[in-house]
Amino acid sequence: MTRLAVPKTYKLYIGGKFPRSESGRVYEITNATGEFLANAAKASRKDARDAVVAARAATGGWAGATGYNRGQVLYRIAELLEGRRAQFVAELRASESLSESAAQLQVDAAIDIWVWYAGWADKYVQVAGNGNPVSGPYFNISTPEATGVVAIIAPQESSLLGLVSVIAPALVSGNTVVVVASERAPLAAISLSEVLATSDVPGGVINVLTGSAAEIAPWLASHADVNALDLAGAGDLDGDLSWVDLQIAAAETLKRVLPPENGIPAPSVERITFFTETKTVWHTKGII
Amino acid sequence: MTETIRFLDYAPAPESTAILTLRESYGLFIDGEFSDGHGESFSTISPATEKKIAQISTADASDVDRAVAAARRAYSRTWSKLSGADRGKYLFRIARLVQERARELAVAESLDNGKPIRESRDVDVPLVAAWFFYYAGWADKLDYAGVGPNPRSLGVAAQVIPWNFPLLMLAWKIAPALAAGNTVVIKPAETTPLTALIFAEILQQADLPAGVVNIITGAGDTGSLLVNHPDVNKVAFTGSTAVGRSIARSTAGSGKKLTLELGGKAANIVFDDAPMDQAIEGIVNGIFFNQGHVCCAGSRLLVQENVKDEVVDRLKARLSTLRLGDPLDKNTDIGAINSRAQLDRIRELSDIGEQEGAERWTADCEIPKTGFWFAPTIFTNVSTSHRIAREEVFGPVLSVLSFRTPAEAIAKANNTPYGLSAGIWSSNGSRVLGVADKLRAGVIWANTFNQFDPASPFGGYKESGYGREGGRHGLAAYLTSAARESLGQVAPSSAPIETPAATKKATK
Amino acid sequence: MAIEQATPLAPHSLAPAERAIQLIGGELTEKSLRLHLEGLPGVDAVGLEARAAALGTRSIKTTSKAWALDTIIELIDLTTLEGADTPGKVASLVAKAINPDPSDLTTPCVAAVCVYGDMVPYALEALGTAGGESGIHIAAVATAFPSGRASLPVKIADTRDAVRFGADEIDMVIDRGAFLSGRYGLVFDQIVAVKEACRREDGSSAHLKVILETGELTTYDNVRRASWLAILAGADFIKTSTGKVAPAATLPVTLLMLQVVNDWYRLTGERIGVKPAGGIRTSKDAIKYLVTVAETVGQEWLQRHLFRFGASSLLNDVLLQRQKLTSGHYSGPDYVTVD
Repeated sequence: MTRLAVPKTYKLYIGGKFPRSESGRVYEITNATGEFLANAAKASRKDARDAVVAARAATGGWAGATGYNRGQVLYRIAELLEGRRAQFVAELRASESLSESAAQLQVDAAIDIWVWYAGWADKYVQVAGNGNPVSGPYFNISTPEATGVVAIIAPQESSLLGLVSVIAPALVSGNTVVVVASERAPLAAISLSEVLATSDVPGGVINVLTGSAAEIAPWLASHADVNALDLAGAGDLDGDLSWVDLQIAAAETLKRVLPPENGIPAPSVERITFFTETKTVWHTKGII
Repeated sequence: MTETIRFLDYAPAPESTAILTLRESYGLFIDGEFSDGHGESFSTISPATEKKIAQISTADASDVDRAVAAARRAYSRTWSKLSGADRGKYLFRIARLVQERARELAVAESLDNGKPIRESRDVDVPLVAAWFFYYAGWADKLDYAGVGPNPRSLGVAAQVIPWNFPLLMLAWKIAPALAAGNTVVIKPAETTPLTALIFAEILQQADLPAGVVNIITGAGDTGSLLVNHPDVNKVAFTGSTAVGRSIARSTAGSGKKLTLELGGKAANIVFDDAPMDQAIEGIVNGIFFNQGHVCCAGSRLLVQENVKDEVVDRLKARLSTLRLGDPLDKNTDIGAINSRAQLDRIRELSDIGEQEGAERWTADCEIPKTGFWFAPTIFTNVSTSHRIAREEVFGPVLSVLSFRTPAEAIAKANNTPYGLSAGIWSSNGSRVLGVADKLRAGVIWANTFNQFDPASPFGGYKESGYGREGGRHGLAAYLTSAARESLGQVAPSSAPIETPAATKKATK
Repeated sequence: MAIEQATPLAPHSLAPAERAIQLIGGELTEKSLRLHLEGLPGVDAVGLEARAAALGTRSIKTTSKAWALDTIIELIDLTTLEGADTPGKVASLVAKAINPDPSDLTTPCVAAVCVYGDMVPYALEALGTAGGESGIHIAAVATAFPSGRASLPVKIADTRDAVRFGADEIDMVIDRGAFLSGRYGLVFDQIVAVKEACRREDGSSAHLKVILETGELTTYDNVRRASWLAILAGADFIKTSTGKVAPAATLPVTLLMLQVVNDWYRLTGERIGVKPAGGIRTSKDAIKYLVTVAETVGQEWLQRHLFRFGASSLLNDVLLQRQKLTSGHYSGPDYVTVD
């Protein structure tokens, strides 16, 4: 007699906790052949609002940490991912119908990307910043720093690698994120959240919503307490919603908007610096 | 002892306008030549006297088309084919010509804008020359601009600039655009087109190829036609947050690269250990420079409570020595408000300040009979909820608030949708840098204020806009690299510095 | 002779100068004075110099300029402080002080003639025979000018001599070595003692100008502390320099001293004089100082008892400018007298 499996309940990840959607809604996740895999929470606009509140509350601590510290915390995630490699491979095989080797490649790439970005945390400032030779007795330096809360529509077709490729760069400088996971295949995102919850990432730094991106995204795009919008996965949303509408909504509070990507964003330092603000500090210089 | 005259009422020392030869009317500068616009022409006046200076053309849709087409032609046939070194040489020429005609430009600026000649002569025009010199040198060094390998220009840049620093804003826009290899259509503000049109003559003297810079005049409608023109690749705007917002909306999804430099409500934080005499000067310079028509003006003074009365007393004493009047007088500190409309707005917000319970103090100075004037004004007893503490007045009006601890100062300073600039005054170096870290603003002046330099990036956080002008960062706003384009126009480059091997495989 | 020596933190009491007691309170000690001086707000050099430069860009024309030139003359301490000074040289200087431009008798006379103490009798003699109505004062440098390196009894004797000879004003130097090594109390006590030595038999006093020698104090923070210290100890005037050390008077230093004087006025209602000395050679420069005074402490400071220029060659340049203003054409050095 085979053992009866204990299925996993997939919930949202907000403020370091795993709540159900306040709306009480769930939706069915199936594999490519239509078999039921799990129910996922279907986040509402209020869940999105709660996630922004949690993300905002976490900005001070995360952006205030040293780059070295953030780098270590991010690297620790890679370590934990490596430990759960088999679980993610199985999840990707089930939900994205990938072959074993293809799923392995995706998981390995996701882990390697974490490592790559983790190393940037205490370096990107040196690449993107400047000492400025102004014409006068002033010390003058420009350094980038986190822009604040970044709302992200994750790539819809790659549930783990795509997700990692958008959240890791936003985190490097100290932003906190609210990410809408792949709608069709959100399970890896929730499993990643479980990794995050047991890592050293403070609660609220990463908030993961599952459900309809088309339903949630407009609320994030127009939310006044969101500083930037990454529309990486917003190019092919269901329904009538165009990513341009999101950009228009974002214009109301002058959010920084990164337009959609085709496929999975390649790792780049520009993805880090896009979500930063350059601050230039002047100070007088005098010896007498 | 001779005490017959008040020495402080220095005898008039007006700058001569003889140096300035103006035409009665100015057309649009398109494709290297002046031509009439097809919109209804308007006159530009001196805000100090309300007298007409010249008749100015308005560009309508067909004129905007002509200008953009000229810029496109110049881009594809001439400018993009020129070496960086040669582009740089043109910019150096322009810089020199600006220096040679500096006095004339300063007089024209003060005449048209109302700002004191002391400022146009000592700040605006020297910075204009400096901006062209600085970016001239970049033109053949774009590989070092930090935008990835093989940086390239964007194409035609549409630029709309405000009336507060007419020629300086033109330089901030044109110099990096041309250095990066773009061509330009620029529209100065309708109340201050004069120096831009004189600048067009400088471009002719510099023999800049026709169409590389096109200067069109008109009001907001012209600006809107320009930024929304389908054949522009880059939009750069400096002005109000309201207009910036509408540009962000209308260019959404267009692939146009956008930079916005918008409003501000800067906090100027004075700690009790500040170098006090210098702090007073800094506060004055922070809000009364250019009649307060400065987006980064230190319009919210945050003073530590234990020195508040002293600071306010000293400020009032200092303001009483400011001289308001003829912008062309070399001893004038406060010139004219740029327009009737702006004066009305300053008056309205000041009246609201009083109605809301803030205490108003105005320097005792004689207001000329004609023209637009507003005496330096301080509001005390201001709370963070008052409109004068939240909205940009864009005039010589200072709101004084107090704080008790550094944490409170930081919280109050950041409590605004804007984030352009801030000031810190303290002799404690550690505190200065600590507070600077916590302020959410693009430019922080510590123990100084309102300093500008072409090498120093300038621009805001939050609703003060995005992108930076000045320095290497300002150049990047006009460049792209092949890798960047795979992400769409406004996207950062995806140029992998070192792509993890596994990703390459996985994404194949 | 006892060696004057006090460790900086010795709790010994200082001379009971009236101003200091009123401001710092009761038992005045080295320590209480130090705490007071070190509690003064700092100076940002860049901001101070920028403000001075801005004041220097004022454009003074026509009637303002005519007034300014006459005012400069009226505020000059016409100075000769040479080892080679003789009664004849001093007499000639006094003559020029009384009647600076023989070709234009509307020219005002200077404020004072400034000489070494032993020259005071000759200066007085010259003044007496040539024009007692002028109101010109005789100022004497004292206290082992310019270095100040002598014992206190010698400094006091130097001062008393000059006062007894009839000097109206004493220009003393502070002990910069003591100041720079933090012995503020020693500097303070010396000023108080010299102030006492300025007292005449009839109970009146010669005015005391305290020379800080700002070129040796170097930093603006030191200038502010020394200015404050001198005022607390009883100075009627604070003066930048001896003229023997470079840099002598500069506009930023003078602006800073004016700011101290302004602070003192705001605090006590009492006006203290300021005297930039050395290095001011042209009318153009001097006008910048007038502007600085007028725009910081106010025009009421542009009077002989509150502001002076310590200068020698400045006068001739002002006279040339004055002639230009009167005649409409440029004058030349042969049209003013060499002394």
